[in-house]
Amino acid sequence: MNKLDRTIEKAASNERIDFTEAFTLLNEAELLKLAELANKKRQRLNPEPVVTFVVDRNINYTNICISGCLFCAFYCPPGHADAYVISKKELKEKIEETLSLGGTQILLQGGLNPSLSLDYYIDLLKFIKDNFPVHIHGFSPPEIAFIAEKSSMSFEDTINKLIDAGLGSIPGGGAEILVDEIREKISPNKCSANEWIEVMEAAHKCGLRTTATMMFGHMEKPEHIIEHLMKIRNLQDNTGGFTAFIPWTFQPDNTRIKVEKTTSVEYLRVLAVSRLFLDNIQNIQASWVTQGDKIVQTALVFGANDLGSTMIEENVVAAAGVKFRLPKEEMIRLIREAGYKAAQRDCFYNIIKPH
Amino acid sequence: MIIMKYSFLDKSLYEIKDKVVSGERLGFVDGIALYKSNDLIGIGYLADYVRRKLHGKKAFYVYNQHLNFTNICLNRCLFCAFSRDDGEKDAFALSIDDVRSRLMERINEPVRELHVVGGLNSSLSFDYYIELLNTIKEVRPDSTIKAFTAVEIDYIARIGGLSIEKTIARLKKAGLEMIPGGGAEVMSNRVRKKLFPRKIDSNRWLEIMEALHSAGLTSNATMLYGHIETLDERVDHLMKLRELQDKTGGFAAFIPLAFHSQNTRLSHLPGTTAFDDLKNIALARLMLDNFSHIKAYWVMIGERLAQVALSFGADDLDGTIIEEKITHMAGAKSAKGLSRAQIEYLISSAGFTPVERDSFYGKIG
Repeated sequence: MNKLDRTIEKAASNERIDFTEAFTLLNEAELLKLAELANKKRQRLNPEPVVTFVVDRNINYTNICISGCLFCAFYCPPGHADAYVISKKELKEKIEETLSLGGTQILLQGGLNPSLSLDYYIDLLKFIKDNFPVHIHGFSPPEIAFIAEKSSMSFEDTINKLIDAGLGSIPGGGAEILVDEIREKISPNKCSANEWIEVMEAAHKCGLRTTATMMFGHMEKPEHIIEHLMKIRNLQDNTGGFTAFIPWTFQPDNTRIKVEKTTSVEYLRVLAVSRLFLDNIQNIQASWVTQGDKIVQTALVFGANDLGSTMIEENVVAAAGVKFRLPKEEMIRLIREAGYKAAQRDCFYNIIKPH
Repeated sequence: MIIMKYSFLDKSLYEIKDKVVSGERLGFVDGIALYKSNDLIGIGYLADYVRRKLHGKKAFYVYNQHLNFTNICLNRCLFCAFSRDDGEKDAFALSIDDVRSRLMERINEPVRELHVVGGLNSSLSFDYYIELLNTIKEVRPDSTIKAFTAVEIDYIARIGGLSIEKTIARLKKAGLEMIPGGGAEVMSNRVRKKLFPRKIDSNRWLEIMEALHSAGLTSNATMLYGHIETLDERVDHLMKLRELQDKTGGFAAFIPLAFHSQNTRLSHLPGTTAFDDLKNIALARLMLDNFSHIKAYWVMIGERLAQVALSFGADDLDGTIIEEKITHMAGAKSAKGLSRAQIEYLISSAGFTPVERDSFYGKIG
């Protein structure tokens, strides 16, 4: 039996696969075989034929960012004509609309804006929590690391202050690829791979649940993808704090990285290997924002059990030239036509409304 | 073979698997069972088994150009966003000179096939069609002319006052080499009455295809799905095509066409989903055992899903096209054209070997 067949057998028998085995699967397995293995894993971890989604809105409190990542079409440097920090009036309107549309949470993220201090973030959280019964899923690790550094505080102290002000969970953004060799090329001013992991570790210790993401399809090689998954799996073994893993593909339009756009087959392969490798993370989310309705529906047999957010508003990926729309009713139809039950969930993957 | 090991989630597929592996023809009931099944991976494995036996890891494409010479149409089918009445402000009909200049615009490209279709426009004469073919042949002597659906052939015969056989002979002499598969829609009188009452019925469509094949012309076949048709009607459609193919062997490829409702009088209908699109590809591969090729038409299902479809029974991605009009008028979000590099990248990054072909699936170069 060759290495590929041995690995397939190992994965099929529900054993944990190691780095080189994941590498073999990613590079060599047939597409349908990956689907079969990932789907089996999904059925073991999430035996109910239910596909979940959350109703929320992305609110980007500022687009001013000193990170200057090469893959980003959203940010503005300080002083730019389009630079903004959200006003409370606008924030209030956006949240009111979210709640009126049945939303339960907001995804609050922004650039690394040097003119904002810890007090700004605390005030922002308090303002929201004082006025609205909404869960705040906010501040990815690069933002937390940036706030902590500016305030000369530890990650834990920073996170605790934000929790006190109303932070409910942390999104897994800014992970990109957790390999410094690649990060130095695509996002040289962003926190290092270790810092990203340390922020998540601190968050989990402080009792916050978080997600983890991966942005691939730029300058990384297949081994970097596996290294990324390995770092996430190791931390999860220690803390158990990740609720979900969300791989998505780099969108090259309007950015400074000129590469061929990752194809749907490449995406589905990575998604399936993620499901197989991350045996300690309950949920795998398909990314309709980058893949569109057809590929996310297909992703339901490649390991995904969640379609993420209905996203009443999304700005960052849209700025990179991708404008897929997927309203709630359409999401429910896709799920049902694939033979699953649809359910609205909260941030912790509790079902709040079956459809 | 890989298929033997898969444990089907849908147990009813085991019986179908046995037939597929032993090369036994699938029946109506099998077709329905496949459509109703949600074991998408299992259906994919079955279709991929057949696809590999026929084509290995080859995936075909053609360097082609679309030419829609008029959008004025007497039929005005309810599912169409392209057609117009004569006199409407965006109605058009290309003169022969217009056609010539359209072709000249891309004369430096290695176009192998011209896909030429239009509406049933009462101001165009029989001679127009002949002249159209002559002109294309003159400007592009080395390209294959794939033109006029069976619906148009019927119309051309009527305006020419000629029999179908004589009409075909005249068109063939003027340069026609192949017929696209459009106009069959779904071969059901029930659907026809509701959606395309003025168009020729399925018997006539099949009759014309048979006449074309008898005259030595190759054609494609299609099915428009995702509107008001039932699963029974879909399977029935596939079986009618299979029956004619048994008789003539004249079909080159089958192309499932996903309905797009935007800007049509059926705009309340939602689009097809990926599961349905992939099932239609796979079903076609499994039911149409006498068709060599199944096409994933990227214009209709999007280039991203078409790439996935290569593992679900499709062996052909159609072509580069450049300027697709009919489906884009109905809201298609796919690209309007792909470069040769783009189409080859889609194929190779899915693990298949790109083969540039001519209209008759001969390898180029």
